[in-house]
Amino acid sequence: MKGTNLGEFEELVLLTIAGLVSDAYSVAICDELEKYTGRSVKLGVVHAVLNRLEEKGLVKSKMGEATSVRGGKRKRYYSVTSAGKASMLKAKELRDQLWSLIPQVALKRIS
Amino acid sequence: MESYSAGCVKTNIMNKENDPRPPRWAERLLGWYCKPALLEDLQGDLHEFFLRNCKSKGVRVARLTYVIDVLKFFRLYTIRKPEFLNLLIHWIMLGSYIKTSGRSIVRNKLFSAINIIGLSISMSVGLLVIAMISDLLSYDRFHANGERIFRVNTHHTDHLNRKLDLASTSVATGKKIQENFTGVEAATVLRRGFAGDAWFGDNVLSVEGLWADHRFFDIFSFDILHGDGRTALDNPYSLVLTETSARKLFGESDVVGKTMKLFSSSDTSDYTVTAVLRDVPKFSHIQFEAIGSFTTKEIIEKDNAGFGGWESVWMNYVYVLLPENGSLSAIQESLDKLCAEQNKTVERKSIALSLQSINDIAMGPDLSNPIGPTIMNIVIYVLAGLAFIVILSACFNYTNLSIARSLRRSKEVGIRKVIGAHRSHVAWQFITESVIISVAALVFAFGIFMFLRPQFLNLAPDFLKIVQLDLSGPVVAYFLLFAIFVGIVAGILPALFFARINAIQVLKNATAVKVFRKVTLRKALIVVQYTVSLMFIASTLIGFKQYKHFLAFDLGFTTANVLNIKLQRNKADVVMKKLSEIKDIEMMSRSQMVTSVGSYWGAHMRYSDPNDSINVWYNTIDENYLPLHGHKLIAGRNFTPKVSTHEESEVIVNEQVLKALNIAGHDAQKAIGEVVTLEKKKLQIVGVMKDFHYGKVDSSIEPVIFRYSNEPDGFINAKVLSDDLPATLDAIERKWKKVDRVHPLSATFYDDQIEEAYSQFSVMSKVIGFLAFLAVVISSIGLFGMVVFTTETRLKEISIRKVLGASEGVLIFVLSRGFLLLLLTAGVIALPLTYLFFEKVVLSEIVYHAPISVFDMIAAVMIILVVALMMIGSQTLKAAKTNPAQVLKAE
Repeated sequence: MKGTNLGEFEELVLLTIAGLVSDAYSVAICDELEKYTGRSVKLGVVHAVLNRLEEKGLVKSKMGEATSVRGGKRKRYYSVTSAGKASMLKAKELRDQLWSLIPQVALKRIS
Repeated sequence: MESYSAGCVKTNIMNKENDPRPPRWAERLLGWYCKPALLEDLQGDLHEFFLRNCKSKGVRVARLTYVIDVLKFFRLYTIRKPEFLNLLIHWIMLGSYIKTSGRSIVRNKLFSAINIIGLSISMSVGLLVIAMISDLLSYDRFHANGERIFRVNTHHTDHLNRKLDLASTSVATGKKIQENFTGVEAATVLRRGFAGDAWFGDNVLSVEGLWADHRFFDIFSFDILHGDGRTALDNPYSLVLTETSARKLFGESDVVGKTMKLFSSSDTSDYTVTAVLRDVPKFSHIQFEAIGSFTTKEIIEKDNAGFGGWESVWMNYVYVLLPENGSLSAIQESLDKLCAEQNKTVERKSIALSLQSINDIAMGPDLSNPIGPTIMNIVIYVLAGLAFIVILSACFNYTNLSIARSLRRSKEVGIRKVIGAHRSHVAWQFITESVIISVAALVFAFGIFMFLRPQFLNLAPDFLKIVQLDLSGPVVAYFLLFAIFVGIVAGILPALFFARINAIQVLKNATAVKVFRKVTLRKALIVVQYTVSLMFIASTLIGFKQYKHFLAFDLGFTTANVLNIKLQRNKADVVMKKLSEIKDIEMMSRSQMVTSVGSYWGAHMRYSDPNDSINVWYNTIDENYLPLHGHKLIAGRNFTPKVSTHEESEVIVNEQVLKALNIAGHDAQKAIGEVVTLEKKKLQIVGVMKDFHYGKVDSSIEPVIFRYSNEPDGFINAKVLSDDLPATLDAIERKWKKVDRVHPLSATFYDDQIEEAYSQFSVMSKVIGFLAFLAVVISSIGLFGMVVFTTETRLKEISIRKVLGASEGVLIFVLSRGFLLLLLTAGVIALPLTYLFFEKVVLSEIVYHAPISVFDMIAAVMIILVVALMMIGSQTLKAAKTNPAQVLKAE
């Protein structure tokens, strides 16, 4: 397995999917990420990451209904799988643990 | 799923027709490369962004962005993988394809025969071209360092700014490279013209070869049987022999250290054999029987100041060996520098040098003074192009007949599709079928190729020297690949056509297939075929007429019954004395060379203005030459006989000389007695002759002079008047044997020499004539197939017409009208094209050409029409004569 560890961007995408709930499709994810990170997010990158996450089994996808807005093309909606949830939680836990290790004094000393 | 989404797109387009759309081709590109699983989502995303961009940045930018995005999404994870299952199905189905194809081929014997015959005769020409190119590409591959050997070519520009590209170069170039150049591992100088009679005891052998310096064997990999290649050419009067010539002369091959006497035109010396080589491979552009050491030549020419000069670029060849990883551009730079330096030493001309890889020489561009015979690469390209056209014509037959008969195969395709065949499967099936046919055709083509091979090789003497057209493993592999390629080309259109057939329509009602929608395509293909055939025929007729025109051309003197006997270094007086005993020889003269067959001897001539010299062509003759050849003098007199010690003092000029040098106001009478300077000699004009063609008739008449010598050493021109020519020639040969027992007699009639000089035209018209024949055969059998098909399908219509009272004549007219129209269209396209091509491109190069006659053009059309009418007539007549009751009863 390619490793269940999440890259930074992968984690962001995963969090966004979870946050968007039932409206998580590529363009929306793109927009959301742009909004929160403040940096420009390329569709190609998001696509590649979504593809990779699905390969790792962290997200799953299904096609939505056809509408007239996208040239008649259906959207692919993504949702987080339980494995995805686990690795999200693991990442958060890891961070929390690391945070807790840092003494308050030491943090203050860094200007 | 596919059809569902497609339906959506359609409704959308209809609803919002005015909406901006992304570029169509980019959408298609995306659909082509993208995995089906990802495609729809990706299309949607890009479309969404496109609409956004339209609003914010305008349509133009949006479309551009769309294209860029489509290209950017071309990534490993998006691209379609070849579907393994699909490949597997193709493989499994191959047996079925072959089986059904075989059945269909056997069932339609006529159409299969037409296809196989057409493809095989056209492919035979293709095989010839492939074998030829393969031969040319295998030239000079035996040199171990072949990749690093380069020849120095010369680009010469003279004082009139005429450019000449030469394979030869100067000795000076070779010496400078050897002495001064860094970045060259070795360089060798070669020189043409090592020739003479070699004597060993009583054995004599006429040898021809090259002069070469001591680095020769450092560069080339000729196999040394005996002796040491490194030192073989070091000393003067050293000689390297090939095995065959060594055996001929000495009776054995290990002859290192033996000496022999060599009589050549310039000297007679003893040479020591220092090495014996295995015979030169056929596929070597350097051919020789013997090599003399270059140091010998330097001794012979030591008084000739021009020998090593920068300007004498006509006889020598320089080859260089680059070190491994050597830089070609660095050497070219050094060569350019050398040229810039040396060009300052010569006046009014400039010389440039370039490098050519030894592997490119055999099929390289046309260069003057080649070291051996070569075939111009343009000849190969033209031949390959013409062969390609003929093959394409045969492929058209296949395409036409397959599509025309699609009605019969469409049900099969329908059922295949219903069972689950994909478009690509159907396409592959038909490609397989056409490949089977073309491979079958290859077998016949191969037979024809074996038959054509000797004919082709004997077409021109040079071909036999250069190519062998032998079969080898790779060549056979090329043949097979070629057949497969031809099969694919022939089958691609029918395959696409069948692949698009709609299964439901076909199975419901077979006639619903829109066969006749392809009618324009088929008509177009027939017109193209006939245009090509017509152009070929017209070209043949024009070319052949041109050739005849050259042979019958009035050169300005008579050549009839003149036998030119090569003296081959014998004393002219002795030979003439012997020959004069033959009573059938009416008259004899002597000349240095034979004019009007493409040889030129040039010199510079000056009149009153010391700076204005012109180039004149000359021939040195005796006093009998002019009367024997019937040259007409406008003014003055012929040469008078003089003793051999007499200083050259007289000259006869043609009218062009008077014009070019502006002598005596172009007045021939007044020009007599004027003095011109030729090679620093003062010569008096004693006669002015009428212009004649010194060169070939494709170039215009230039200044020509005759010089006098009572013993020119080239030829004896004998006027032979004989009732029994073979006996006379026999007598001449016997007399010759008495004078010279070494060299066989070389005597040719002037008219034959002229014919040979224009042999390129005869070869050309033979080749094009043959291709024309093939093209006509192919297009005719194709037309025949179409006629058979049309009359078969229209048989019922014909019967009804007949029942209603149409006469046979009317029926024939009705049936053949369409085809005749196509032929006429082809004629209207072909004839002006051919005319323009010859008038503007080919014949404009030839100064004295025969005019293109309308008769030739009409003849070409008539030939085609007659053949085609026979095809059409026979079939339509058959159809018109059938009993209508028989046909209509069957319903």
